[in-house]
Formats: sequence, structure tokens, C-alpha cells
Amino acid sequence: MWVYEKKLQYPAKVGRANLQMAKYLITQYGGPDGELAAALRYLTQRYNMPTPQAKGILTDIGTEEMAHLEIIATLVFKLMERATVDEIKRAGLGGYYADHDKSLFYVNGDGVPWTAAYIQAKGDPVADLHEDMAAEEKARATYQWLIDLSDDPDLNDTLKFLREREIVHFQRFGETLQIVQEYIDCKKVY
Amino acid sequence: MNREQLCQLKELMALEFTALELHLYLDTHPTDQRALMDYNSVVQQLTIARQRYQERYGPITYGEPSAYPWQWINEPWPWEICYE
Ligand SMILES: [Fe+2]
Repeated sequence: MWVYEKKLQYPAKVGRANLQMAKYLITQYGGPDGELAAALRYLTQRYNMPTPQAKGILTDIGTEEMAHLEIIATLVFKLMERATVDEIKRAGLGGYYADHDKSLFYVNGDGVPWTAAYIQAKGDPVADLHEDMAAEEKARATYQWLIDLSDDPDLNDTLKFLREREIVHFQRFGETLQIVQEYIDCKKVY
Repeated sequence: MNREQLCQLKELMALEFTALELHLYLDTHPTDQRALMDYNSVVQQLTIARQRYQERYGPITYGEPSAYPWQWINEPWPWEICYE
């Protein structure tokens, strides 16, 4: 089961309302390398993991990704909060507004809705952990491109925190892969 | 949210983050005794800080006591706080 904590993992800071950034940032909410994809990928892969370390790390990183999803939602919410319809139109968010007003929805930067086709659970722990490592690198790169797109130091502070988390997750998945690999090799010998 | 509460909330967030970082590390290094000691000491500080925060400002998670009326629904929610 899961229990909610009424706080964010890290302060979600926004220097000024910026609809253009909201449009870009929403891809980390519902895009291919976003936090929803990450959370759902890890949490569904954990059932077939062969070692206790792997079951633990997928559960815990999957859970942390939910906390990141909440940070992204908060950033987008704050960036759009006080926007007028005219500003929304000018930022190219008219189509988004027609479907969702200013509510949060799982789409990428171009409005394409989230799909489970973004993720996989192969049943082969080595294949799954390689996917997870690649996913972390892609998320890290996405945060880097978002930082490049933004000139808001407050927003960038939060995005840099999230970028660093992907690096740590990549590291932990790499260690997990090695543990799983050793476990499999060991089983073959006996 | 006033300055003082925000300050305490950020402290709590930082402590809990430290605990989580050690937690993930321990998942793949379960026999690292030094990391485990660090983890246990952070968790001890975190328990005290969380208790103190909740006594003043109400529950921030499930299974915690509440003053009257039911404090859980008190605003601001996490996305409504100005963190700057
Ligand atoms: Fe991650």
C-alpha cells in the first residue's frame, strides 16, 4: 500500500509565470521520459525481480518518481496559475486550454496523451534493468534540455535537483543490474 | 504559510530527503555498516522533527492525531505553498 505525505520532496520554485515553460515542462508529467512513465514502469517491473535488492530498489525508486510527478505538477500549476486566455493562446496552449482549461493532464509538450506504449515489462530482469538505466539517462537529458530552455533561476534550481536524482537512480539501477547478473551467473554454475 | 512554518517544513523536507538517499543506497549496499549507522541517526532526528512539526501545525501523514476540527484538510496543500 501507499501513504500520502502532505509535503513535497523538494521545494517547487517558480520565479515568474511563464506559459512557454509550462508547455515544455509538461512533458515530464505525461511525456515518454517523464515521471509518470518512470513510476509506472518501475512499480510494475518489481514483481518479477529475482533478488531482494532489486525488489527493494524498484519499489523505492518507483515511489520516489511519484514524488517527482507531484513536483512537476506543482511547477506547471504555478507557471499557469494566473495566466489569461490571451497569454495561453500566445504560448501555443490554446489546444490544451480547449481540452483541459488549466488543469493538469498527462500529455507531452505537443499535447500527445500519455500511453503505456512508452514503457515495458519484459519479465527478463536484465532486459528490464537495462531499460531502467536508459530511462534514467533519457530523463536526465530531458531535464538538461529544459534547463537550457529556461532563464528562470528559481525554476532551474528545482529542475537541477530533479536532474541530479536521475543520476543517482541510474547509479542504483547499475548496482542492481550487477547484483542480478551475479545472481543469475551463480545459479547457472550449480 | 508564515516564515517560521516554511522554515521548519523545509528542514523536515531536507531531513527526510537525507533519509531517503541513504535508504536507496542501503537497498544495494545492505551490509555497509557505516551507511546504516548514518541512516539510523538521521531517522532518529527525523522522527523528532516530524513530531515537533505535527504538534504545532497538524498531521502531515496518515495515522497521526488531530486537534478539533479535523486538521488534515487545512490549507495550504503542498502545491499551494510559496517556497521562495
Ligand atoms: Fe528517476
